[in-house]
Amino acid sequence: MNTLFDKIWDAHVVTSVTGGPDQLYIDRHYCHEVTSPQAFNELRERQLKVFRPEKTTCSPDHNIPTLNQDKPIADPVSRNQVETLANNAREFGLTHYGLGHEKNGIIHVIGPEYGLTQPGMTIVCGDSHTSTHGAFGAIAFGIGTSEVAMVLSSQCILQPKPKSMRINIEGRLSPGVTAKDIALYIIAQMTTGGATGYFVEYAGEAIRALSMEERMTVCNLSIEMGARGGLIAPDETTFNYVKGREFAPKGKAWDKALAYWKTLHSDPDAVFDREVTFQAADIAPRITYGTNPGMGIAIDEEIPTEETIDESGKISFRRALQYMGFEAGEALLGKKIDYVFLGSCTNGRIEDFRAFASLVKGHKKDSRVTAWLVPGSQAVARQIKAEGLDHILSEAGFEIRQPGCSACLAMNEDKVPAGKYAVSTSNRNFEGRQGPGARTILAGPLVAAAAAITGEITDPRTFL
Amino acid sequence: MIQKIDIITSSCIPLPQENVDTDQIIPARFLKAVSREGFGENLFRDWRYDKTGQPIADFVLNNPKYTGTILVAGKNFGSGSSREHAAWAIAGYGFRVVVSSFFADIFKNNALNNGVLPVVVSESFLADLFSHIQSDPKSTVTVDLPKQTITDNTNGASEHFEINPYKKNCLLNGYDDIDYLLSKKQEIEDWEEKHQ
Repeated sequence: MNTLFDKIWDAHVVTSVTGGPDQLYIDRHYCHEVTSPQAFNELRERQLKVFRPEKTTCSPDHNIPTLNQDKPIADPVSRNQVETLANNAREFGLTHYGLGHEKNGIIHVIGPEYGLTQPGMTIVCGDSHTSTHGAFGAIAFGIGTSEVAMVLSSQCILQPKPKSMRINIEGRLSPGVTAKDIALYIIAQMTTGGATGYFVEYAGEAIRALSMEERMTVCNLSIEMGARGGLIAPDETTFNYVKGREFAPKGKAWDKALAYWKTLHSDPDAVFDREVTFQAADIAPRITYGTNPGMGIAIDEEIPTEETIDESGKISFRRALQYMGFEAGEALLGKKIDYVFLGSCTNGRIEDFRAFASLVKGHKKDSRVTAWLVPGSQAVARQIKAEGLDHILSEAGFEIRQPGCSACLAMNEDKVPAGKYAVSTSNRNFEGRQGPGARTILAGPLVAAAAAITGEITDPRTFL
Repeated sequence: MIQKIDIITSSCIPLPQENVDTDQIIPARFLKAVSREGFGENLFRDWRYDKTGQPIADFVLNNPKYTGTILVAGKNFGSGSSREHAAWAIAGYGFRVVVSSFFADIFKNNALNNGVLPVVVSESFLADLFSHIQSDPKSTVTVDLPKQTITDNTNGASEHFEINPYKKNCLLNGYDDIDYLLSKKQEIEDWEEKHQ
């Protein structure tokens, strides 16, 4: 009567501190330039080596420019951080896919691409969107830099076991509704902190029907309702995706792994601390209106009125609307927008580019709109060319940039100016997230594509 | 080695807004440093300073009436990004305790790993505390880690708060998790042997 989460967690407990956390063994550690330098410093200060260097993979992604990657990074502070990661990887003997490397990309995009992410694993990274890898039936979650140092020095961290929640999405999605819309719908129902303390399993017919890339989008956003992570039981879709990838098990090792992976599901009588069910038919294309991902509506709904907001939440609600330049109760369809961003660990994979291209094909980008199309990895960039999507996009007036996190958090030059509206396929609409004063409207790739063509918030179903 | 905590009595800095995310605590553009120092200067940077770098008068950290080493915040404090820089900024500014009715999980771990104590109180305790601080900015709170109690000294109201015994011991003695994990090398190797 175990949950999927229990099975994986319990299999990785090395010791338990009496009355305290579990010591959890980590199978895979991903590392980027922003949250790791202080961890490597700590190892040096304590004269420690990396305990299991083969279990860590490094790729710079947060700071890197999306143009002219063959030239030195212009911002000296960013350049220093990217070079520091390369130097640390060399000093400690870690795999490093540096800027311009054929495997470089957003760490959460490349892990699955090369088969480093596998069912049943425990996976951590100093990044909250590590939850992405839960799509494979892995326990994957973000950690702080002190914990990065723990993993590097011992391949373990100390964690209290979170509570369990299952979210079921029953029935089938309507046309024009994407995995991003499922996630934004769930977060709006749960609120931005509603799953704090829980690890979520996503289940139900609509989840089972998703491709691996769509599952990654759903799991990626688990943190945006406060959940420690989210995961989906592995099935044939998962096994077919993993099979044959560079670091996936081969031959007899594959057979053995597969037999184990097939046991990774919640038992029929498993009990969750909380269980929630939604209907896929209730989900429409979605957008956010406020400054956290829980402040979202269906694209054809109005912003809530103040009477519907809890007393203690009114300060945040007013502040969010003031920041966004919106009024309580107003509709957003037809609102002018200035920027469109397609990319990030949420929506920067090939299927997102296919969806975006399918909608803009035969149309032209609105001349007022600045569009940044940023592949999640070098492999995604190559695939875009291989499928000829670059021609469709260029015909429609779009250019494709080089891979990286880019405008998702604007640590590089891709910053939305103050007061401008960006329809963004990324994961956070926090104040200043895409640049000081930038106003972010989160959405899926189809909503972003429709906005790029019309220059305003547009229901993508009008293009179907 | 983290800074120890035992009993702290202090006036408080109130931030009643809910869902304060780590992008507000420390914006991404300040995450490019490769050391842990200096983040306190940019704590709440875009709420604290305007575009020209001038302090914004009505933000609480710029109001000289409010001082102290305890930050009192609306619910779901520290949501969003896992950046430990948020905990470094809070510790670097001089806070030792953050009080709220609940915290985002990753922030809570990061705070504990940096000698900052997150104290979870009931919604009603929090609402009363905000109103006491508002009517008298000099009103104080006492956080007693050994007894796991927080007392609002204005009305003497006191609540028990939860902390797991391991983390409590770490904070009382200044230990960190690496010390523990390094002592378990044999168990780790045994586990690996069994799971090959």
